Amino acid sequence: MAYGDSARSIYQTEIKGIRDAGIFKQERYIHAPQGAEIVVEFPPGSPVKKVINMCANNYLGLSSHPEVIKAAHEGLDCRGYGMSSVRFICGTQDIHRQLENKLTEFLGTEDTLLFPSCMDANAGVFEAILSDKDVMIADRLVHASIVDGMRLCKAMQDTFKHSDMGHLEEKLQEHQDKRFRMIITDGVFSMDGDIVKLDQIVALAEKYDAMVCVDDSHASGFIGKTGRGSHEHCGVVGKIDIITTTLGKALGGASGGCMSGRRELVELCRQKARPYLFSNTVAPVIVYGAIKVLDLISQTTERRDKLEWNTKYWRKLLTEAGFDLKEGDSPIVPVMLYNAKLAQDVARDLYDEGIYAVGFFFPVVPKGAARIRTQLSAAHEKAHLDAAGAAFVKVSKKYKILGKGKKEIIEMYGM
Amino acid sequence: MDDMKKMVLDYVKREYLEEDDDREVTETTKLISGGIVDSFSMVSLKRFLEKKYGIRIPDADATPEAFDTVNTIVDLVNRFKKS
Repeated sequence: MAYGDSARSIYQTEIKGIRDAGIFKQERYIHAPQGAEIVVEFPPGSPVKKVINMCANNYLGLSSHPEVIKAAHEGLDCRGYGMSSVRFICGTQDIHRQLENKLTEFLGTEDTLLFPSCMDANAGVFEAILSDKDVMIADRLVHASIVDGMRLCKAMQDTFKHSDMGHLEEKLQEHQDKRFRMIITDGVFSMDGDIVKLDQIVALAEKYDAMVCVDDSHASGFIGKTGRGSHEHCGVVGKIDIITTTLGKALGGASGGCMSGRRELVELCRQKARPYLFSNTVAPVIVYGAIKVLDLISQTTERRDKLEWNTKYWRKLLTEAGFDLKEGDSPIVPVMLYNAKLAQDVARDLYDEGIYAVGFFFPVVPKGAARIRTQLSAAHEKAHLDAAGAAFVKVSKKYKILGKGKKEIIEMYGM
Repeated sequence: MDDMKKMVLDYVKREYLEEDDDREVTETTKLISGGIVDSFSMVSLKRFLEKKYGIRIPDADATPEAFDTVNTIVDLVNRFKKS
């Protein structure tokens, strides 16, 4: 038997190492649709508990919206459950192209290609359009899927300090001998919640003849005046060469993603991007739901406006209570605790108080930068935020961290 | 401290530390296992060394362990300078 005692023992030791390091991830079982309030079984086998959800990517509160669910039912009835095919054999329905066209219009680009996820879009796009004559220059805090996509590509890799335009300019100067330079960034950085300086990046790209690729997964649908994304927020719609984004967060939250941008780049990905070519088409149910989401958010900005209000209110609530927050305007609001164990302890106590929020620590964020990442949703009502705020205050009083900054918290708990 | 150590140390500080980063970095500071340099951004350090010292470091030798301190980096460069 190939999987003998030796293999089992080696893997068991590795898993134990993950546990001993305190980074073992355990799923919480949710017995309800996604929403501002959910019913959770945690740890497994425990009685279920109703909690306020402060950690979903359900930014617009559309994951369980009745009209989206109704549209998904229609999709199931009209186009079936699955297509049992990749796109280019027999997996492209009229609705797939319809959704791509709607995304193109929404994002203000030239064309769009659906992928099974944004992770897949990021894994496929660089290899499809760049070669060893080119260089990719990425912000150091880009999402892991971009890191993986870059590793699959033969182009030279380089990075610049997070959001440091001077450092990016140095790198662009250094790589003037390459055929193409591609600047790669997130639109909103998922751990810190800050928005990319896309206007400055576009100006540098024009100065140094570079292309720009933005992963707008934490922006599409709600960042910018009409929710188009970070390019709208920064006034550079039409100037971004590639936008990758997800349908799995604000845009319905099911699954699926896309790359959108210059016509030729999209066509090349349709011909060559391996995650597009070799994995199944997005299911009809999701396509119908996503079309409905785009219709809903194109008609009114009511939901992104409510999200903006909720974000400002939540920031004000926590700031006035004396929490140390990362600055920013996005609905990702990190509460800084610096110490990994403290972040885990606070998250556990919050859960006991009926608030579901997760602690993040090294290696997900830098050492000594542990935090609880809270995320707002248009599904939250003021009462949810007031209750969550009260719980944060109660728990933090126990740990005596209210009104304390980085230095003091580290002095009390260590890095 | 010899010239190469100083050169590498200066590059590491310039390339990887933020302006407000007050961590002290010396020739024995753990760069990768200490969370100062991640494997994703390590490539620019490798390229700097190759260009500066006219060497080629094979990917198999450019391990996180070999890049973990300025001292181990200098050992690595010296190994390829001689060969």
